[in-house]
Amino acid sequence: MTPDRLDATFAALADPTRRAILARLASGEASVTELAGPFKMSQPAISKHLKVLERAGLISRSQDAQRRPRRLEAKPLAEATEWLETYRKFWEASFQRLDALLDELKAREKNVDPPTDRGESR
Amino acid sequence: MNETLKVTTPSDREIVVTRVFDAPRTLVFDCMCKPELVKRWLLGPPGWTMPVCEIDFKVGGRYRYVWRGPDGSEMGMGGVYREIVPPDRIVQSELFDQDWTGGETLATALLNEEASRTTLTITILYSSKEARDGALRTGMTEGMAAGYDRLADLLASIVTGEGK
Repeated sequence: MTPDRLDATFAALADPTRRAILARLASGEASVTELAGPFKMSQPAISKHLKVLERAGLISRSQDAQRRPRRLEAKPLAEATEWLETYRKFWEASFQRLDALLDELKAREKNVDPPTDRGESR
Repeated sequence: MNETLKVTTPSDREIVVTRVFDAPRTLVFDCMCKPELVKRWLLGPPGWTMPVCEIDFKVGGRYRYVWRGPDGSEMGMGGVYREIVPPDRIVQSELFDQDWTGGETLATALLNEEASRTTLTITILYSSKEARDGALRTGMTEGMAAGYDRLADLLASIVTGEGK
């Protein structure tokens, strides 16, 4: 995934209305009119959000020429999640090492008798 | 047994990371402020090393971390200690060299001990909602800032939607 594409995905996801639109499209495709209703927004306002989502590759238009319904594209979202996982994995991996280090320090404390000035001993 | 790591976004300006450790908090505290200990665990995914880990552990003192990835690429960050209360809390400013967090962030680490186990809670506070939104657009921390749990909810609903 290119950084530009990721930028577009996250910028698109940063807005609560656009996240709500995506959640709505998750339950099936919908036309602009159908989307404008529940969000109590004008069609031009909804169209603006849809354009951002489309540019990010998060939604596409179906072939139906009359309604031009939008539908969700799952792939960029999955890529964005993967990116979020990177952060989580950084901490997961680090904390697992910390678990091992703490075990080692606990064992060392037990063996030091009496406990020395733990501060600067090496 | 691995403890569960929790990442949440309680407000527009915060990211909170929580993890329990099977050790008293004096030890966890040591591991967060002594360079010889920090560089042994704060490494991220396998293959990364920490060639620079400098810590001047006093209020107003600076720290500097540099990581090197398996492909040789480097990532650096640093900041100033704002508050130190052993073994209870550390408050420090953070700024990545590439500034992908939209300005300086403030990280507060709280250590709470119960029955010889320590709950570590790290809260990362952005300077403004704009700063956090800016961080959404660049770099690794967009992972932190995008509202991990909200997005997870969204994804769950999308997977359900696809399944029908």
